[in-house]
Order: sequence, then structure tokens, then C-alpha cells
Amino acid sequence: MNGFDWDWAFTWDVLPMILSAAKVTLLATLLGSIFAIIMGLVFALLRRSKSRLTRTSVYWIVEFIRSTPLLVQIFFLYYVMPEFGISMSPLATGVFALGLHYGAYLSEVFRSGIDGIEKGQWEASRALNLSIIDTYRDIVLPQAIRPMIPATGNYIIAMFKETPQLSAITLLEMLQMAKIIGSENFRYLEPFTLVGLLYLVFSIVAAYGIYQIEKRFPKEGFSLK
Amino acid sequence: MSAPIIEFKNVKKCFGDTVIFSDFNFKVEENEIVSIIGPSGSGKSTLLRILMTLEGIDGGYINVAGESLWHMPWQGQYVPANSKHLHKMRNHLGMVFQHFNLFPHMTVKRNITEAPMRVKGVSRQDAEELAEKLLALVGLADKADSYPNDLSGGQKQRVGIARALAMKPSILLLDEITSALDPELVDEVLDVIRNLVKEESFTMLLVTHEMYFAREISDRVCFFDKGAIVEEGEPEIIFTAPKEERTKAFLNAYIGQS
Repeated sequence: MNGFDWDWAFTWDVLPMILSAAKVTLLATLLGSIFAIIMGLVFALLRRSKSRLTRTSVYWIVEFIRSTPLLVQIFFLYYVMPEFGISMSPLATGVFALGLHYGAYLSEVFRSGIDGIEKGQWEASRALNLSIIDTYRDIVLPQAIRPMIPATGNYIIAMFKETPQLSAITLLEMLQMAKIIGSENFRYLEPFTLVGLLYLVFSIVAAYGIYQIEKRFPKEGFSLK
Repeated sequence: MSAPIIEFKNVKKCFGDTVIFSDFNFKVEENEIVSIIGPSGSGKSTLLRILMTLEGIDGGYINVAGESLWHMPWQGQYVPANSKHLHKMRNHLGMVFQHFNLFPHMTVKRNITEAPMRVKGVSRQDAEELAEKLLALVGLADKADSYPNDLSGGQKQRVGIARALAMKPSILLLDEITSALDPELVDEVLDVIRNLVKEESFTMLLVTHEMYFAREISDRVCFFDKGAIVEEGEPEIIFTAPKEERTKAFLNAYIGQS
């Protein structure tokens, strides 16, 4: 290969395949985010539990997840868990690993968001005899969500950019697809460039979307009907 | 005379090394209006906060409406109350806060209907009717759909009162409800309380720095200092002929100011 020779015909040929793999990437990110938000909230709420044992255990679980590489966790879930009788598809494993890993990060975001709610709001809720569930659902979380949006969005975009790690467990996402196309055709320039561009486009769109959500979100929070 | 509706027996309360109450005894009769005055840091607000279960106690007993507040009977002895017991006991009490603590993300109406709907299972329609009635009572019928941040301090506090009343407490705790207000807004809030006690009988415990109001509304005034009642009695006597030097000094300082 001599110098830079971009082959447009080849580009159009491989684009549909890469786009179909992009669907897998986006699906993994979407499901991973939902799972991460749920896990993050669960971790954050457990860290505020009355029981010291629960608080400390969850602290160490979160610390453990954050301090070990995502790839190790992916491998562990995919190759070790079957030995305990739990085997999942690459996509399910990926969603689970991403959700758990980013859930640990998000729990810190949620925790500081919840901590940001004034003490008076908790006291008024207690004086009105609201249950702890009502207090979180109606009073605390609706006010805490807006400040959490930017950091949560950043983590979701970061998660999106880490989905190529799932290629290590044979998930056919964008990067894996580009590698296969490249090795079959002995041309890597177009597929990898396309993948890079798609990551760029998706990230920018997502960042803009998150900014819009934050901007439109009512300043004081929202109240359920 | 029936049993007191509130009774503190040998109550002890500390914040770390700071002792607020070392052996505190106090009684309030049903439908009695008691004002608590005294220098800041003397434990006045803590007294209300303990009753509202916002602060625990480190010793002694408190009875509210014939039941122990912070303890419950279990297998023939009294043990620290669980959350279910506290939940039941809190139904007797309502509190209005110095800094209002309204829910800023909810309309005024929703601030008032939230607890009746969630805690008592009142239907939305009934809760809203009650909210409208209470808003009319505090003179804010036209503000039902406003948000707290669009209201003046005095209006916020009147919503705070309506919100507490919506739970129909038999004991109302007012914690320096006018201390955070501009002077010209104080009377609109106090007028609400004046009207309230005219219409209905309440057991009311108020911590206040408005001496003229304490004198006018109370059945009894307690002068608090360093976690103990230094002097208590009918308002006319406390304000015109206090016996204790500390009471005299405190009142002189206040009257000197205003």
C-alpha cells in the first residue's frame, strides 16, 4: 500500500455492516445505562442505610468494582461464572458488566446529589410523617435529579466509548466488525475510520441531547401527579 | 385534671460533649398554649425537635397523649421505639419550621395535599378540598397553583402552617416561625395563629422571640436558660413581675431593644 488511497466503493460496501454492528453497540449502551442507573441508585440508597454493616459492605463492593479493570470484570463474568452454573450470552454479559461497573461510578454521583438536598427537606418530610419511600420518591429524588444529569451523562458517554471492550468476549459490536472486515479484505483504513467517525457522531449527539435534557429540566425539580 | 398531653421525665440530651438537658422535666396540659422564651442555645428548639422525633434522647422518658414517645412496650418492658411506633406517635404532632422547609418543586396546593394523600390515604379530591379550605384560612386562596419560590417569606410561612394543619395534629409545634421574616411580614403570620386559636382549641408549644405575641397568646410562658426552665407562669406575671434575676436580665435586654 502506497500512501493514502481512500476507496469510496469499498466504504459504501462495508458501511451497512458497520451500521448493523453499531446497533449492537447502541443496544449494549442503552441497556447498560438503564442497568447502571438502577444499580447506581441501589448502591447510593444502600450507602445511606441505617445499618452500618450494609453501609460498609456496599462501600467496599463499590470500591472493589471501581478499582478493578472493566475488562477483568467482563472476562470474569463471561469465562468464570459459567463454572458456577451462570452462563449468559455475550450481549447479556456485556450489559451486566457495563451496568455494574458504571453503576458503581454513578452511585457516587447519585450519593452527592442526594446529599445536596437540604436537611430541612428531610425534616419537613418526617414532621409530615412521610415514609422513607415517599420521602425519596416525592421529595428528595425529584429535586436531586437535575444536578445529577451532567455527570450521569458523561459516564454514559464514557460507557459508550468502552463498548469495544466487549469485543473481547466475541460480541459483534462496531470495532469487532471493523476488524473482521479489515482482515477479510486486507483493508483497515475505511472500516476503522468509519468506526471512529460513528463514535464521534454518536458522542456529540448524545452530549447535545444530555445538555438539552438538563436545560429543559425544571430548576426546582418536578413533582409526580 | 386529666393527665398531661406532653410530659418530659428526667430527659437527658447531649450533642457530643455538649449537654443540652441533664435532667429535664416538663408538662403541658391538653389545649394549653405554652410559649418558650430564652437566649439562643438554651435548648428551646431542641425541645420541639425531640417532640417531633427529629432528635433522639439520651435518657429519661417522654409521654405524648398517654404513650411513650421514644419507647414502646415489648415483652413486659420498655424498649427504644421502632419506626412503626414513631410513625404512629408522629400523627399527634405537627411542626412549623423557622425556615419554612416547603417543597420547592411542588405547587402550594401539592405541598399541602402530599402528606394527607400519602400518609393518610385521603383521596386527591378530599385532600384538595382540605387544601383549599386551609389556604383560605391562611389568606392564600389565590396562591394554590403558585410555587413556593414565587411567594414572600410571610406567604411561605402561612403555607407552612397550612401544610402542618392538613395532617390535623392535636399538638402544634411552632419553632421560631417568624425569626426568618422581615419585620413587616411578622404580623401576617402571627395573625394566622391568632385566628387559629380563636376558632379551634389546640395544644400549642411555641418557641418565639416575639415577646408581645407570647404575652398575648399564651396560657403559660417558660423562660429557658441552659437547658432548664428558670421560671414559668402566667404571661402577665412573667412579663411584668419576673422573680428570677436571669429572667429580668433577659427581658430587659429584649425590651431595651424594641
